[in-house]
Amino acid sequence: MNLPTGREAFEPRRPGSKDIAWCPGCGNFGIRNILISALAELGLKPSEVAIISGIGQAAKMPHYINANGYHTLHGRAIPIATGVKASNPELTVIAEGGDGDMYAEGGNHLLHAIRRNPDITVLIHDNQVYGLTKGQASPTTMVGMKTPTQPWGVFEEPFNPIALAIAMNASFVARTFMGYFRESVEIIKKAIQHKGLAIVDILHPCVSFNKVNTYAWYREHTYWMDDHDPHDREAAFKRALEEDPLPLGIFYVNEKPTFEESVPAYRVDKRPLWKREPRLDLVGKFFEGKRA
Amino acid sequence: MSEFRNDVSIVLGGAAGQGIQTVEGILTYALKKSGYHIYANKEYMSRVRGGINTTEIRVSSRRVRAFVRRIDIPVPFKQGVLSWVEDRLSDTTVVLGERENVEESFLGKVNLVEVPLTKLALETGSQLYINTTAAGLIVGLFHGDFGAVEEYIRKRFGSKGENVVGKNIEAAKKGYELGVKLCEQGTIKVEVGRDEKVREEILLSGTEAVGIGALAGGMNFLSFYPMSPSTGVSTFAAQKAEEFGIIVEQVEDEISAINMALGAWFAGARAMVSTSGGGFALMSEALSLAGMAENPIVIHLAQRPGPATGLPTRTMQGDLNLVLYAGHGDFPRIILAPGSMEEAFYLTAEAFNLADKYQVPVIILTDQYFVDTYYNLPRPDLDKVKFERYIVEAKPGYRRYELTEDGISPRAVPGYGEEVVIANGNEHDEWGDITEDAELTRKMQEKRAVKKLETIRKNAPLPKLVGEENADYLVVSWGSTLHAVEEALEELGRDDVALLHFSWVYPLNPETKRFFNDKTVIVVENNVTGQFADLLKKELGVEIHHRVLKYDGRPFSVEEVFDALKGVVE
Ligand SMILES: Cc1ncc(C[n+]2csc(CCOP(=O)(O)OP(=O)(O)O)c2C)c(N)n1
Ligand code: SF4
Repeated sequence: MNLPTGREAFEPRRPGSKDIAWCPGCGNFGIRNILISALAELGLKPSEVAIISGIGQAAKMPHYINANGYHTLHGRAIPIATGVKASNPELTVIAEGGDGDMYAEGGNHLLHAIRRNPDITVLIHDNQVYGLTKGQASPTTMVGMKTPTQPWGVFEEPFNPIALAIAMNASFVARTFMGYFRESVEIIKKAIQHKGLAIVDILHPCVSFNKVNTYAWYREHTYWMDDHDPHDREAAFKRALEEDPLPLGIFYVNEKPTFEESVPAYRVDKRPLWKREPRLDLVGKFFEGKRA
Repeated sequence: MSEFRNDVSIVLGGAAGQGIQTVEGILTYALKKSGYHIYANKEYMSRVRGGINTTEIRVSSRRVRAFVRRIDIPVPFKQGVLSWVEDRLSDTTVVLGERENVEESFLGKVNLVEVPLTKLALETGSQLYINTTAAGLIVGLFHGDFGAVEEYIRKRFGSKGENVVGKNIEAAKKGYELGVKLCEQGTIKVEVGRDEKVREEILLSGTEAVGIGALAGGMNFLSFYPMSPSTGVSTFAAQKAEEFGIIVEQVEDEISAINMALGAWFAGARAMVSTSGGGFALMSEALSLAGMAENPIVIHLAQRPGPATGLPTRTMQGDLNLVLYAGHGDFPRIILAPGSMEEAFYLTAEAFNLADKYQVPVIILTDQYFVDTYYNLPRPDLDKVKFERYIVEAKPGYRRYELTEDGISPRAVPGYGEEVVIANGNEHDEWGDITEDAELTRKMQEKRAVKKLETIRKNAPLPKLVGEENADYLVVSWGSTLHAVEEALEELGRDDVALLHFSWVYPLNPETKRFFNDKTVIVVENNVTGQFADLLKKELGVEIHHRVLKYDGRPFSVEEVFDALKGVVE
């Protein structure tokens, strides 16, 4: 049987993947398109890619793209993706979820993933609200926005994922708005190609629950950084603090050893872990040592 | 004169950081090499310096594997030790030590054989040698092989230079000679037969047995967050990571540990997490994911008393209910609880095959007592370790959750085969995509929680019966209490009392019921309610007549089990 190639290859052929659970007009459709283009343009095959998602509307992505996928738990995509990549560095591993998923429930994992630096790409669908649970505030919701659970208006300081990641000396930090298709494809391609943890905050409207941050709002309140050197950490940090308009593009790139490069597992043997057998010879040697 | 025959229980006691482990190390090594059967176990306080920690070492002419309450020779390294173990001393006990380490109230009450350890150490050059001197002294009492003492010192202190090695050997020699002299003078007489076989055997702790068992089972990924008493296994794995070429990662919390391990299994690795009750509590969310996604996972849980932080360095078999019921929704799991070092080795290795085959969480339950125990045993037979891999290739049309008769869907891993693998923690169709279809939901629930569980259940091994099949009394033990019960029963020496030991704790093969027919059933367990007794009743409907429970954070001693059983059968 000949499997399709190119963009077509990433269109799922499974019966259950036809019923897309996103609201008509949602930004998630655009992100799906962007991701498929990025994967196809990089010449990858579905069997070489693994998309690990958390829980939320964004996290339903593995069902709508033909690639290996694991739809896991709210907030836990990053540690799971780390385990996948570490066990098989030949795979292109993407962790995906919403802003609630990655910044609230999974916040601690994000922090430590930055320290650990696995070679995975983290895509955060940042709609500044909780979608699946119907419109509660998320860590990136703007001050003043009223929601069913914050009827008095949000007063918590919004999370600044870009500044945080740069402050922690993350390996790759970018922000895009899914309304800019070509630019977003290029950023995600670079993020996937980047060796080390790549964080991409993808702004996208939630047409059902976020009446503030609409398509038009994102176009009016963002701009592309075109005179920015992503290797300059201080400059990157300054840009990260800008609030209105929000800068888009690659803020910071920092090449450093990855988790998989640092563990002893691949120093001699490059095979993924599933191809390996127990080292009974070494177990025997251990017992010999216990005799003496 | 005090005489000890065949089986001597020595207890070393001192503060954390006083170097008791050095004494323990030399002693167990040298006495085993001299052909004595050795058993050792420690109990310690939850602090890094100070407090009172003790180590019991049994030196015997026959195989000994259990904790005894009786102390024949206590060796106190500070005041307070004797008070701490007061209820374990008797008329025949001989305290070996310096007067300054014995509390006022004990002077005149106990048989004290004063040994000038400080003086001897100072003669060697420094107070520091007191530990090696003490170790030499005890080996001397047994007329042990001094060459083995030297060997150990060379290994242990070799990196510190020839001078340190030389001084320590000298210190040990002084102690040794004193020990021999005490016997010759007739102050103490120790008569323990040697068994030539022992020299060739290995000394293994519970921690090592689980750790090396995991490596034998092909474990190549371990993620953990430190928590006593489980940390030893992670430390063991980390020490072996370079040699075995595996991944061992200390992560930010237990939630991350288990999720990372789940990701590793998804990608085809053989992963384990090692934790204790509090850490496992945090893992229960991911346990549920493993259940729904049919993601294999091996979990080592070294129990300590709870609830909450409980007694961090003490022991209990109190987390059986936790592992039985953790996680929301219905899904099967396998619970193993090794009773001996051999079982810990083979069962841990086998846990990886079981997880791979049935695609369920496999939980290995040990406890502080078990992981901190060690004794000599014949080298395990590696031919008995089977590596069984159940991974299939994802061919076009592959369905991760294919509905099958036995409830087991062939598991492919990403990157092996052209097709993709979709795993899902939401209810799913056969391909792995989300479904809310009522009929499919029903089928998937049945597949996991009924069909698969039945498959595991009917293939579960039976418990081990020691004694007569038609005995009137059946004593039941599980996990770490095995040896204490075994030895107590040997002492009881009655044909009408048999032992049924469970190392495979859940699910239970229905065949197991036949062992209980018309018997008076006595369950021995190290917790306050009798969690396993309740499980037997629930799973097999057996009537439990007596529960022998201990729940003070300490392990059962042979004497305690003996007394309790005697009370029941006589
Ligand atoms: C442990 C846990 N807590 C809470 C939930 C409920 N829940 C599902 S999705 C979600 C938040 C979704 O928001 P976000 O991550 O921003 O994704 P979106 O739906 O907006 O794409 C929550 C709280 C859950 N599934 N699991
Ligand atoms: S709830 Fe919002 S984010 Fe979710 S699919 Fe609908 S529009 Fe999109």
